[in-house]
Amino acid sequence: MELKEKLLASYVAFENGINMNTDIHDIRTEALQNFEKLGFPTKKLEEWKYTSLNTILKNDFSIFPNKENSIQFADVKKYFIHDIDTYKVVFIDGKYSSFLSDTTHDGKDVCLMSSALSKSKYKAVIENYFNKIAKQDNLTSLNTAFVNEGAYIYIPKNVEVEKPIQIINFTTGNDVATMIQPRNLIVVEENAHVQIIERHQSLTENAVLTNVVTEIFSARNAHVDYYKIQNDNANASLIDNTYIDQKTNSVVSVHTFSFGGNITRNNLNFFQKGEHIDSILKGVTIIEGKQHVDHNTLVHHIEPNCESHQDYKGIYNERSTGVFNGKVIVNKEAQKTNAYQKNNNILISDKATINAKPQLEIFADDVKCSHGCTIGQLDEMALFYMQQRGIPIKEAKALLMYAFANTVLESVKIPELKKRINKIIAAKLGVDIGFDL
Amino acid sequence: MLKINNLYAVIDDKSILKGLNLDVKAGEVHAIMGPNGAGKSTLANIIAGKEEYEVTQGDIELNGEDISELSPDERAHNGVFLSFQYPVEIPGVSVTNFIKTAINENRKAKGLEDMPAKDMLKLLREKSELLEIDRKFLSRSLNEGFSGGEKKRNEIFQMAMLDPKLAILDETDSGLDIDALRIVANGVNKLKSKDNAVIVITHYQRLLEYIVPDFVHVLFDGRIVKTGDASLALELEEKGYDWIKQELV
Repeated sequence: MELKEKLLASYVAFENGINMNTDIHDIRTEALQNFEKLGFPTKKLEEWKYTSLNTILKNDFSIFPNKENSIQFADVKKYFIHDIDTYKVVFIDGKYSSFLSDTTHDGKDVCLMSSALSKSKYKAVIENYFNKIAKQDNLTSLNTAFVNEGAYIYIPKNVEVEKPIQIINFTTGNDVATMIQPRNLIVVEENAHVQIIERHQSLTENAVLTNVVTEIFSARNAHVDYYKIQNDNANASLIDNTYIDQKTNSVVSVHTFSFGGNITRNNLNFFQKGEHIDSILKGVTIIEGKQHVDHNTLVHHIEPNCESHQDYKGIYNERSTGVFNGKVIVNKEAQKTNAYQKNNNILISDKATINAKPQLEIFADDVKCSHGCTIGQLDEMALFYMQQRGIPIKEAKALLMYAFANTVLESVKIPELKKRINKIIAAKLGVDIGFDL
Repeated sequence: MLKINNLYAVIDDKSILKGLNLDVKAGEVHAIMGPNGAGKSTLANIIAGKEEYEVTQGDIELNGEDISELSPDERAHNGVFLSFQYPVEIPGVSVTNFIKTAINENRKAKGLEDMPAKDMLKLLREKSELLEIDRKFLSRSLNEGFSGGEKKRNEIFQMAMLDPKLAILDETDSGLDIDALRIVANGVNKLKSKDNAVIVITHYQRLLEYIVPDFVHVLFDGRIVKTGDASLALELEEKGYDWIKQELV
């Protein structure tokens, strides 16, 4: 049976197996019908022209892993930012792991989507926010239809969360192939501030497909820093659908570090619903082998006097392929918009490919919008210059690549995270260099 | 120190050096002058090991060892330093981080540990004072947005940090105003010793008023066609190169 049919056929059994309230049931049913109509995306869709899910979808996925799998902290410690204190919301094969987690209800909620969806005390928040900004497209609808678990984070007015929150999804692969669909909801009220790190990690060589949806609501003056670490193994694919709703004076930044995985698709969508908003989208992609990373970004400037800053850097080795599809829409009302988009790529091997496509749709006349896109190789003169000073070619290349990625790294606000990412990059480049950019 | 024997080199099938000989001993300063296109910068790049050039005949010896098969970084580890005519901009790497990396890679090649941070700081302070370089300058991205003079001064600063055996200054005077020229020349003179050697490549006599050469060579059509003392540079300044071309005919 094809995956689509398998998913549709299991829906009733799935809903019977979980706690539900009527409102959510209605949202789910509608989403399922939507998915049934749309199906999985194909390359015929403009937005999916360069990314094909065909080979992944052929796997016989187990879609609701129902065994409780446990893992030892020592075995997975390295996937955490463990040298600082953090809140943790951890899932194993889509199920909450209380053992690995560290949640809170003390002045804020850092907990589970399953309880938020089923308990009455969260009803108001769910009614106001759940599925309100998510696009009703094929993969998001699929996630909504099977919504059950994920992180639920609610930060009340004026609360500055004292430590970062880590959301980690492990897959153990006790089944041949696993599909999981986490659903996160993050509501940050007026003047509140939170830092979140999200990671998906497969612990198996078996195929994994993660179709995650995250909705983030940032109220007036709120500040959200969100970091995505994508450094999964070669058989794990990720479709990340993130939707961000920003109100007046809020600042939201999303950093996406894509260092590994089979196929990684990032659908990152910002909607500016107020004035003096700043949206920051940054990414570093360093891949090799046959890996594929596709960044599909949207910034929708709806109101006047807002800014957006995009800076994506990509380094592609061997036969890896990359896509950058960055869309900026400026509504007629959104005068005085400042929208910047930068996408720079280095192809290390002549077999690597990058497809870059900036799309600007500007309907206002008093705006500053710029985009710059480059595709190149490492600068031979710079390499000779560095070698002349005694730096061997391998280290010289690494130094150039570090420098290239540095404009993105330097805006990471959690020092331990920055250090960790530096280490991952050094390991990927196969060098141990004694500098810290 | 440096001995070049009957060197022939080509790039894209075009002959650039055609039987060049040069003998530079420790403690000496050599100037290489000559008209545009004579092969001066090519010679500098070939000594430093730039790979586009193919040496078809002859060899380059440094302290008795043939270095013509070594990579540019290996030559650097053996004490060769080239001050570039056009230093390359490297955005995202600060002057300090770059020079620290270079020093530690040179030490690594010699089997030494990284230089202790305290010593590194002391060295940075000492050498930046020598070249009259502001501390803020050191945290800027390497050569990015530097003026012509700042780039050249930064080259000599790196030379001071690395303390090479053989320094080749390729058109270091171009783009320098008179004050910067004085600072750069002063730096080079302070670094000079009986154990190292300097090759100054220049169009003009101006720099040689500050860095006084023991020998002046005229490079023309891929060969050294005339050698003299410092007075030859003055003569060239006055009379140009045509009389040398005449002599050759």
